[in-house]
Amino acid sequence: MGKKTSTQAPSVALSHLDQLWFQVGGTLCNITCHHCFISCSPTNRNFGFLSLEQVRQRLEESVSHGVKEYYFTGGEPFLNREMVAILEETLNYGPATVLTNGTILKEPWLKSLRKAEQKSLYSLEFRVSIDGFSPETNDPIRGKNTFRKAIQGVTKLVKHGFLPIITAARTWPIQDEEEILQAFISTLKEHGYTRPRLKILPTLQIGAEAKRTNGYLQDERVTEEMMQDFDTSQLLCEHSRIITDRGVQVCPILIEEEGSQLGQTLNESKKHFSIRHGACFTCYQYGAICSNPSGQAHRE
Amino acid sequence: MSSESKMSKAVYRFACLGGIYSNYLALESALKEIENRGVDAIYCQGDLGAFGPHPDRVFPLLQKYQVQCMQGNYDHSVGWSLDDCQCGYTDPRDNHFAKISFDYTLQKTSETNRIWMRSLPTEFRFTINKKRFLLCHGSPRKVNEFLWESTTSSAFLEFLLEDYEADVIVATHTGIHWERRLSNEKCFLNVGVLGRPENDGQACVWYTLLEVDSSGSLKIEFVPVEYDHDRLAREMAEEGLPEEFIETILTGWWTTCLEVLPGKERRRGKY
Ligand code: SF4
Ligand code: SF4
Ligand SMILES: [Fe+2]
Repeated sequence: MGKKTSTQAPSVALSHLDQLWFQVGGTLCNITCHHCFISCSPTNRNFGFLSLEQVRQRLEESVSHGVKEYYFTGGEPFLNREMVAILEETLNYGPATVLTNGTILKEPWLKSLRKAEQKSLYSLEFRVSIDGFSPETNDPIRGKNTFRKAIQGVTKLVKHGFLPIITAARTWPIQDEEEILQAFISTLKEHGYTRPRLKILPTLQIGAEAKRTNGYLQDERVTEEMMQDFDTSQLLCEHSRIITDRGVQVCPILIEEEGSQLGQTLNESKKHFSIRHGACFTCYQYGAICSNPSGQAHRE
Repeated sequence: MSSESKMSKAVYRFACLGGIYSNYLALESALKEIENRGVDAIYCQGDLGAFGPHPDRVFPLLQKYQVQCMQGNYDHSVGWSLDDCQCGYTDPRDNHFAKISFDYTLQKTSETNRIWMRSLPTEFRFTINKKRFLLCHGSPRKVNEFLWESTTSSAFLEFLLEDYEADVIVATHTGIHWERRLSNEKCFLNVGVLGRPENDGQACVWYTLLEVDSSGSLKIEFVPVEYDHDRLAREMAEEGLPEEFIETILTGWWTTCLEVLPGKERRRGKY
């Protein structure tokens, strides 16, 4: 064990399993973003795909836990050949959101998915992440041509009747926001997306990125004191769990960390989790940036 | 009627209203119609102010028709003079408009009415012909939780009904009515709001009539309300409220607070 800290890491209880996440694409991705928090890449097979059958069993298991919404992530979920069938199946159980980089979407898939959504009571949401509102700002982080390809993906989604939520981290000074957003909205409109849904993720402090690559500082940990008057529902681990090919883990951010695996069944995984990791500190500062706006409500 | 009472009656009929948002003209039309229909009780599930003009005009109507009110997130905020409406928007544009209506409403609500709002209960529970009703604002567990039709699984609703020991949960807050029948004749419904149209291109607004017969079976009727929306729009303009809000009243399309809409609900709208 490392150096003892003066305060114990606080533990967070699962209030209710509102969201069930699936690491459906494992750690495999067609691109290699510099900031990817689980270092996904075309060669990272640390975590594998989930099969339709595995997802189906988990969906069944989730019903008695009263899960409200399902989220799918990776890696890139659409590298999983069963992805379309997985989403179709999920829409029989509840709302589904898939986090994609948008670069490999194929029209026949979207056609089937649109049909499945129309038959379902529930929404199917696509969240397309980019890192800047231009090739100049996006591509240095996500790779050559990724901006163009993601925009093509957005165009396809819109053509098939979806309204994708485009998420971007705020990498610009706040005073430029209006101008930058307007420019991006024009770009999207030119590409056929006439009423774009944008979600700007909160600003990371200058240097946070650099610190992260060197590991978190010792004092960058959540303490008991910090939890006083803090709205715990801001943390994903307070209302969700994630299925990976290893079992049930605490949250999508920590799957590679030791101790993040909580069990094989959802029942076993409803225990408290001690938020002792550096990433928990970021979560604490920025909130559940992974959820959709429609599911958010802050407590009094 | 106390909030925990049990009743039996051959047919019990009651009306549920939500989200008045200072639309006293729609409220008056709805209440007149409800009176003509004949009901045993009228409940208002909160959010009296916001959006519309002259917030104080809502209160005398609620009194006159003996409406039993609960506290919504807006009433809590206005009642206690908090900094915002607790609608939980993250989009800067949504927050900009939310702030305009909140500041206006807070400033124009009398102290007497604000004190009264603080005293309101946050839920009603009663049993009619063995059916256990739970009336709340957003959800039984959180006053400002959005339960949209397309993002709320039946499994989750079954959990809420079980956990809160109810057969019927009745909510408002989101602004769009819907219902879902569940196992063992349980049910969840959202009664809609009287304050603004439902983002469907129609100027009407909605409330809900519920009827329980002696066997405990439940009938739900969502009722559209026509009212003098031109007059409301005029008064909003006179009060300097945003063009965007007035457009919604006149056209039936939402122009703000769109971020919280899920895909399906958003697609039905214009913006
Ligand atoms: S697209 Fe997503 S999963 Fe793939 S490398 Fe980038 S951040 Fe990681
Ligand atoms: S990273 Fe965030 S969601 Fe995950 S365990 Fe830590 S605090 Fe919870
Ligand atoms: Fe509300």
